[in-house]
Amino acid sequence: MFGPRKPRLLIAKPGLDGHDRGAKYVAQVLRDAGFEVIYTGIRRTPEQIVATAIQEDVAGIGLSLLSGAHLLLFRRVIELLHAQGADDIVVFGGGTIPPKDIPLLESLGVAAVFTPGTSAERIVERLDELLCVPA
Amino acid sequence: MKSTHQLGVSRPRPRATSTHRTLSDNRRIVNTLDETLHRIDAAHQRWQAGPVAKTLAKFPEQRTKFVTASDEPVERLYVPTANSIQHYAEKLGFPGEYPFTRGVQPTMYRGRYWTMRQYAGFATAEESNARYKYLLEQGTTGLSVAFDLPTQIGYDSDDDISIGEVGKVGVAIDTLADMEILFAGIPLDKVSTSMTINSTAAVLLAMYIAVGEKQGLTPQQLNGTIQNDILKEYIARGTYRFPPQPSLRLISDIFAYCTREAPNWNTISISGYHIREAGSTAAQEIGFTLADAICYIETAQRAGLAIDDFAPRLAFFFAAHSDVLEEVAKFRAARRLYARLMKERFGAKSPKSQMLRFHTQTGGVTLTAQQPDNNVVRVTLQALAAVLGGTQSLHTNSKDEALALPTEDAVRVALRTQQIIAYESGVANTIDPLAGSYYVEQLTDQLEAEAEALIHEIDKRGGMVAAIEQGWVQKQIEQSAYRYGQSIDHNERVIVGVNKFQVEESSAMELFEVPESTTQRQVDRLQHVRRTRDSAQVSECLRQIESAARGDANLMPPILAAVKAYASVGEICNKLSEVFGEYTDSSAG
Repeated sequence: MFGPRKPRLLIAKPGLDGHDRGAKYVAQVLRDAGFEVIYTGIRRTPEQIVATAIQEDVAGIGLSLLSGAHLLLFRRVIELLHAQGADDIVVFGGGTIPPKDIPLLESLGVAAVFTPGTSAERIVERLDELLCVPA
Repeated sequence: MKSTHQLGVSRPRPRATSTHRTLSDNRRIVNTLDETLHRIDAAHQRWQAGPVAKTLAKFPEQRTKFVTASDEPVERLYVPTANSIQHYAEKLGFPGEYPFTRGVQPTMYRGRYWTMRQYAGFATAEESNARYKYLLEQGTTGLSVAFDLPTQIGYDSDDDISIGEVGKVGVAIDTLADMEILFAGIPLDKVSTSMTINSTAAVLLAMYIAVGEKQGLTPQQLNGTIQNDILKEYIARGTYRFPPQPSLRLISDIFAYCTREAPNWNTISISGYHIREAGSTAAQEIGFTLADAICYIETAQRAGLAIDDFAPRLAFFFAAHSDVLEEVAKFRAARRLYARLMKERFGAKSPKSQMLRFHTQTGGVTLTAQQPDNNVVRVTLQALAAVLGGTQSLHTNSKDEALALPTEDAVRVALRTQQIIAYESGVANTIDPLAGSYYVEQLTDQLEAEAEALIHEIDKRGGMVAAIEQGWVQKQIEQSAYRYGQSIDHNERVIVGVNKFQVEESSAMELFEVPESTTQRQVDRLQHVRRTRDSAQVSECLRQIESAARGDANLMPPILAAVKAYASVGEICNKLSEVFGEYTDSSAG
């Protein structure tokens, strides 16, 4: 890869939802764009996700959820990060998320929500901005 | 006015009829056919070199390469081949007869339309029961139960791990008390019920049988299906609980139990749908699904069951995507390949064992969050493909499902889509209407050959369980999903409203919401059941389950006894898990 080294990210599947086509695709697209990406696999608890994020020293966590449990589970991840003094880890997310929930997630501290149909280019662009990678 | 010749009364007997041909007559017919095909081929080449080349020189085609939704190459024009005429009997045959390419019943939709079966369930049993009654009033002809994730994986609603998920993607069922409410006022001898339940299928089937008994029905009187297809959970859907071997044992226990006790029950619905949703191609969808079927059949045979005793109750479930002709070819290819496998590989004698009966759902993954009204059109194309492909039952998705569970209004339009295809389009009047299309027949052959090659590859890898444990199947699907995603991201493939023809979106559409009180109401009922049941009896039932799990007795009878004593899904599955262990996803990395 040319250009500055991009930070390490964790793509994670909280809760019991097994749909990970989107998570795997985004992980691959971010790898293509030069990020180092770790994927948790499905059905991880918020505790497991936060522990992995801290242990792997990631700059961002991407949470993917299609079951509708996003409000509770995304909040739990953010609370746990805060409790561990890891607020500097940027949290973003995607999945089956009704538009009206997006402002709620943002107010919890989710930096970006990528809903179905968002292009790979847009996701990479936004994460570059969020994670302060010089263009 | 008919001439006597047309009536055929005084016509002299032809020298050779189809039943009394001599060898030289046959040779002459073949020669004539060969000559005809040769002439067509020559004309085809002339056409390519002449008019086509001339047009291309002035007006190039839109793309250099045309492909189906699954990346199958598509030619400019298809012409007749010897295959579908010379090999008509072995490749196509007649509906209701081997190899079932043209359909599984002799009269298909002229006798009865497909079952219109809408997948539904959310929140608690009360809300879902009301939705089922609404759907029945609106003309659905079968029920299809969606369970929430804790129920599907075997956790109670008050388990910590269930947080946020109770009643979300389906109805929460903890004990028989919930199941009684779910089917209250619905006579189980009058409807057929399909239940999307896999790792915990034995428990939910037991509950269904128990509800039937409370309605005065024997298991013999129940009609329906459990999905019970654990392999595709490891491959694509993710609601596994136990490792493959004990999971396969549970499946064979269900086969054995139902063969004796519930002969009208479809004991498994071997599902390509979720494999396709995860990103596979059409050929992979049927190849991997039939490879799963092979594994289940071999497991049942090892458990001592005879093929023609259990195979007639095996059912299938596929997706329908928007590339209409590819999907039709896929369904036909799946039927023919399965019939051949059953006859040639497993020696099945009964036609009922050889026929692939399937449910179809339109492709959830094809729905767009952008301009959701367009999804009605996508669903129409997909449902049409399923009907042209000879499906036995059909679920049509609602336009709002890329955003949330569907509203009642959206579900009604989805159901009406099926009804319009059935009653207004005319496509159900004749059987397998696309047979004989040069393109559809060649694509059918192509998909069948590719799917068969995948089955051989899985055989070489030691069978489906080994191929899953190697991560090979998952990787194949992931690669197809990546190619498909890239083709959209690079604008090689147009998704209307997503990467072309976009508009400024307003999020005005009203979306369905699971009531916030769901978890609390569900947990309250579970705890009430725990307080009021005979707890000594529950403990004894759980001990019986553990003992059966440790040995090799059929698990269905002790599970049935436990659910009747109001043991919960979580209690039963935790007990099984103590013996069987848990499976964990290996795709992390």
